Amino acid sequence: MTTPDIHINEADRTEPTPLLEIRDLAITFKTGSGEVHAVRNAHLTIMPGETVAIVGESGSGKSTTALAAIGLLPNNGAVSGGQILLDGEDIAHATEKRMIELRGNTIGMVPQDPMSNLNPVWKIGYQVKETLRANGRPSGPDDIARVLAEAGLPDAHRRAKQYPHEFSGGMRQRALIAIGLSCQPRLLIADEPTSALDVTVQRQILDHLEGMTSELGTAVLLITHDLGLAAERADKVVVMYQGNVVESGPSLELLRNPQHPYTKRLVESAPSLASRRIQVAKELGVEASDLLAPAAEAVAADHVLKIQDLRKVYKLRQGLGKSTDFAAVDGVTFDVTRGTTTAIVGESGSGKSTVAKMVLQLEKPTEGTILFDGVDTAALKPAELFKFRRRVQPIFQDPYGSLDPMYNIFRTIEEPLRVHKIGNKASREKKVRELLDQVALPQSSMQRFPNELSGGQRQRVAIARALALDPEVIICDEAVSALDVLVQAQVLNLLADLQSNLGLTYLFITHDLAVVRQIADHVCVMEKGRLVETGSTDDVFESPQQDYTKALLNAIPGAKLMLPPEVA
Amino acid sequence: MTSKTNHFVAPVEETPLLATDTLKTDQAPLSLWADAWRKLRRRPLFIISSLLILALIVIALFPGLLSTVPPNDDCQLANSEGGPTVGHPFGFTFQGCDIYSRVVHGTQASLSVGVLSVLCVLIIGVTLGALAGYYGGWVDAVLARLGDIFFALPLVLGALVITQLPALRENKSVWTVVLVISLLAWPQMARITRGAVIEVRNADFVTAARALGVSKFAALVRHVLPNALAPIIVLATLNLGIFIVAEATLSFLGIGLPPSIMSWGNDIAGAQSSIRTKPEILLYPAAALSITVLSFIMLGDAVRDALDPKSRQR
Repeated sequence: MTTPDIHINEADRTEPTPLLEIRDLAITFKTGSGEVHAVRNAHLTIMPGETVAIVGESGSGKSTTALAAIGLLPNNGAVSGGQILLDGEDIAHATEKRMIELRGNTIGMVPQDPMSNLNPVWKIGYQVKETLRANGRPSGPDDIARVLAEAGLPDAHRRAKQYPHEFSGGMRQRALIAIGLSCQPRLLIADEPTSALDVTVQRQILDHLEGMTSELGTAVLLITHDLGLAAERADKVVVMYQGNVVESGPSLELLRNPQHPYTKRLVESAPSLASRRIQVAKELGVEASDLLAPAAEAVAADHVLKIQDLRKVYKLRQGLGKSTDFAAVDGVTFDVTRGTTTAIVGESGSGKSTVAKMVLQLEKPTEGTILFDGVDTAALKPAELFKFRRRVQPIFQDPYGSLDPMYNIFRTIEEPLRVHKIGNKASREKKVRELLDQVALPQSSMQRFPNELSGGQRQRVAIARALALDPEVIICDEAVSALDVLVQAQVLNLLADLQSNLGLTYLFITHDLAVVRQIADHVCVMEKGRLVETGSTDDVFESPQQDYTKALLNAIPGAKLMLPPEVA
Repeated sequence: MTSKTNHFVAPVEETPLLATDTLKTDQAPLSLWADAWRKLRRRPLFIISSLLILALIVIALFPGLLSTVPPNDDCQLANSEGGPTVGHPFGFTFQGCDIYSRVVHGTQASLSVGVLSVLCVLIIGVTLGALAGYYGGWVDAVLARLGDIFFALPLVLGALVITQLPALRENKSVWTVVLVISLLAWPQMARITRGAVIEVRNADFVTAARALGVSKFAALVRHVLPNALAPIIVLATLNLGIFIVAEATLSFLGIGLPPSIMSWGNDIAGAQSSIRTKPEILLYPAAALSITVLSFIMLGDAVRDALDPKSRQR
């Protein structure tokens, strides 16, 4: 195809048949409380060599659709209608024998979680060999090494003899991609292949996957929650919502001209889409500075937190009596101004959460000082520490783990008041009701238990609990990372509102630069325990000084997609 | 959907857009216990076993309701190994005592040994296990080794040794049996508690409570233990059955309850001499024992299924 014209002519002449065509697919799960229609009327088409992404929030049926295509639905789920046509053959109700023939050879799969999808008791090489042998391909040591090397694992002969625990997350995902592509399938299903990985690793892996599949002519069905990533990597995007396909089309068109209200909402909220991000960020910025301008001038350098030369050393045990020092945090110095948001950004293992724990006085620093309101927190006596806890409150990452499942919502939010002996029973109940209003939860939710709430609702409860003691500083440790995009946007807006209403100071720990752009005034970038760059959010995003910061910014999926029309 | 550039939009009415993240309010609030109870009360296994246990408790408290014959007073050797007669439906033992009456009156001793031992084991095992699991370090090391020492002693051998201590040998009673069983059985409870506590202690909600200003010990009592309770309750119900058997074993060997106290274990021991001539004398106390143990084990199974976190919704 030297010119586009010839390509189109060829396509018209030969009428290419789709590699995979899903028509009116319905999938039903039988559960204890009746039938659940997980997918209804789903349809999508994948042409040979094409990349199609299914985008949706958790529970939208995107993974279920893909599992149906490879015949791996859970036992209580079944295709209850429609067709799955692979090369014109309906495989929706194919026999297990036929599906085994197809899997690996024709349809490959890269599963979601690289940490749990490799068998920990077998060597990597053996797990590749298993796939090759199951599909009747040569499986000597050289073949295995070749497959691993193609997936971008250096030193493949030696790597094949290692166990999964000796691999990092990115390397495991490469191994899984190697297994998925080892038999050169014509369709690869990649179910959130990089959502457990750091952004820079995610970028490398996706780049490599793209290179490999275009070389082999493999079609890819990419499943993701990240619209920016889908638009950047796929030719076509299918948006699913509540088990239905609500919109599908070429990715850029869908992104720039969304039609369905759900897609519109999704595009507006996607943190990874640059233009929206700047808008939201500026809006929030204006709002915050309007409200805080007089105060900010009066107390120009009111650093509520001053962190100096903070260092935390862990001893790693290496056999009997031996240990080596590992500096999780090394020489970190920064200030947090009252009423603003300071974000600490870094990838996993950068020490950002350790900083948060030390500020919260849950870990003791090895060296360095943390001054809170001018007082060294290391010198606090137990009674003073108890008072300090009233003023500095945390919100944790995992909304499923941070609420006691045995406590109902009322007891959860009341607990800090009871512990600090504030008010009597009636006044505490009144306060809980006020707090629920503040976080936009109905007061009727007081008697519910955490397991009845969604992730976003739980995070609201966690915010209400953190606000109960009228703190000055709130430490958010990845507070929105586990939430779906729309919910994440809601919670970020809530946090911004609360900040402007209550004058809160946030220390925001996150790995997601897109979120930082939306909420933070100052950014500290951490790498391997050290602070590599600090500055105002605008400065860091517009003119990053360090290579590491640039790499992080470049790795945000879809970062450049929306910029051109906005600039033009 | 044949053209490559097709831009499909579903009709809005087909998938009406819900407000993001709305709260379901159409159901009653569900706590762990409410949820477990809802599941339990529909299980036939649970209904049957709890009815049986309820009946056993009533019999243990008021044996006079079922048997008007005093169990030991009118034993007449003339009736030795006698068959069923009016007013004596199960017949007579070797000593000529009414079997029915003895089985009914033996319930009390067997059940009290079971219940009291479980309570003692819970107190010792949960306390030590929770402390070991929660604080870790040297506390854990010391308590774990202490538990291992007792764990290594087989029940019967250990009981033989302990009951020969002069203080116990002279005053055999329900309490000495409870003491022996608790002393030898607490490590299992401590281990289960320790494991459950370790699983919970690093949960975010414990850290969150600590950051609120809850003291370390208060966090153990208020947050960690309630969440570690499910396996403890299951083990306790299973233990009840096992301890009742243990009492019978010890009494059979003559190191359990003294013969003056009626218990199923003593009755089974007493039936030894007639096992060839009149095996049914053995049958009745043994059947009572089996039914009791079976109901407690069935109850334990049902409770375990109901409290299994994996089976919880959402």
